[in-house]
Amino acid sequence: MIGIVDYKAGNLTSVARALSYLHEPCVITDDPRVLMQASHIIFPGVGAAGEAMANLKKTQLDKWLREWVQQGKPVMGICLGTQVIFEYSEENDTQCLGIVPGKVKRFPQNLRQGNEQLKIPHMGWNHVAFRKDHPVFRGLPEGAEFYFVHSYYPFPDDDTWVIGLTSYGNPFCSVVARGNLIAMQFHPEKSGRPGLQILTNFCRWGGRDAE
Amino acid sequence: MLSKRIIPCLDVRDGRLTKGIRFKGNIDIGDPVEAAREYYEQGADEIVFYDITASSDGRDIMIDVVRRVAETIFIPFSVGGGIRTVDDMRRVIMAGAEKISINSEAVKNPPLIFEGAKVFGSQCVVLGMDVKKVEPNVHVPSGYEIVIHGGRVYTGIDALWWAKEAENLGAGEICLNSIDADGTQEGYELELTPLISTNVRIPVIASGGGGTPEHIGDVLTRGNADAALIASMVHYRYYTITEIKTYLHAHGVKTRMAW
Repeated sequence: MIGIVDYKAGNLTSVARALSYLHEPCVITDDPRVLMQASHIIFPGVGAAGEAMANLKKTQLDKWLREWVQQGKPVMGICLGTQVIFEYSEENDTQCLGIVPGKVKRFPQNLRQGNEQLKIPHMGWNHVAFRKDHPVFRGLPEGAEFYFVHSYYPFPDDDTWVIGLTSYGNPFCSVVARGNLIAMQFHPEKSGRPGLQILTNFCRWGGRDAE
Repeated sequence: MLSKRIIPCLDVRDGRLTKGIRFKGNIDIGDPVEAAREYYEQGADEIVFYDITASSDGRDIMIDVVRRVAETIFIPFSVGGGIRTVDDMRRVIMAGAEKISINSEAVKNPPLIFEGAKVFGSQCVVLGMDVKKVEPNVHVPSGYEIVIHGGRVYTGIDALWWAKEAENLGAGEICLNSIDADGTQEGYELELTPLISTNVRIPVIASGGGGTPEHIGDVLTRGNADAALIASMVHYRYYTITEIKTYLHAHGVKTRMAW
């Protein structure tokens, strides 16, 4: 059973729909006792960091998430879920979970690519350049792209956490991974077949980065 | 580098496509879910549903369509038409749509943009703009006027002003439809589109006039559009989305080629 963490951050049903399509049993809940029984945890989310953290504290899910990552349970962060696992987010000046050392920054206002003024949010399909092989990202087609929608991006202190980079004006960290934790800025549940492949891989993954 | 998006638009009335869509074997498909699935397979980057249903019963049918689409395709899609309140938005989003699109209602009730963005985030709120070219005047200095109710009613609102205003109110994206070009299949409006796109910081989807892959290439490059909305050219099966993307790719327009 895959546990989807409900912290009132946007519409969490799209991840559940994708898992149902893949015939992976899942549950959306904010109850730590139910999530404790799950073999894998997905931590999704759309919305703002400040409100997300407030909800996580209220339900004590902040403590439980740290605990599960420590225990070695496979945990996947998506979009806002990825951002709040860092120590700090510039969005609403928010202290976050601190599972990954580093912070979340806003794209600069004057972001350019050549002569073109880039728009914010970074919305649409973009590539991820993977720096190393990871079980969750196996079997993707050559040239696969993923659906992004965000104005803030992860910036880990330790560069060895970064396993995927995406270019938007400058390269930014779009995938972080260590041990049983994998987190991405894009939405696998909205990234067509390559995204579904990532979700399938995650559901089969035992939580070690070299398998 | 972001890819330019190709977005088919499907008109739905009472849960059925208003025009049959010809696919393999020239079969007319009236089911919006089937059509969405077909375009997803062809490499559509996003899908837009426009609900032209008049009755409230029909609206419930649309919610069911949204739910079925969300269960079968895993790319973003938006729904427009008949959305008047935050509750209307909520129903569509909870049924599985990524974004909602508001047009005439936003003109009549601009705070709806702000309220929708506050509750669901700007990325959920697409402002649809129907625009007609007019003689520039005091009220419409850009020479492009906002029209509503399918182009029948002139509002006296300047399109450039309205685009900036909507961005300030929290719209996350603009779908810019040229009423003059719409249905002509002679190409997108290549003056209006860059005028709006270079003056706002949110993505602009060009709509109206697309007839060939070349038209799409033009509006995505010279027109500065972030995405192109297409209808007849794929519905009547003159082109597949795959063919359009292959053309764009060959002509140096970055587009998603693996799906």
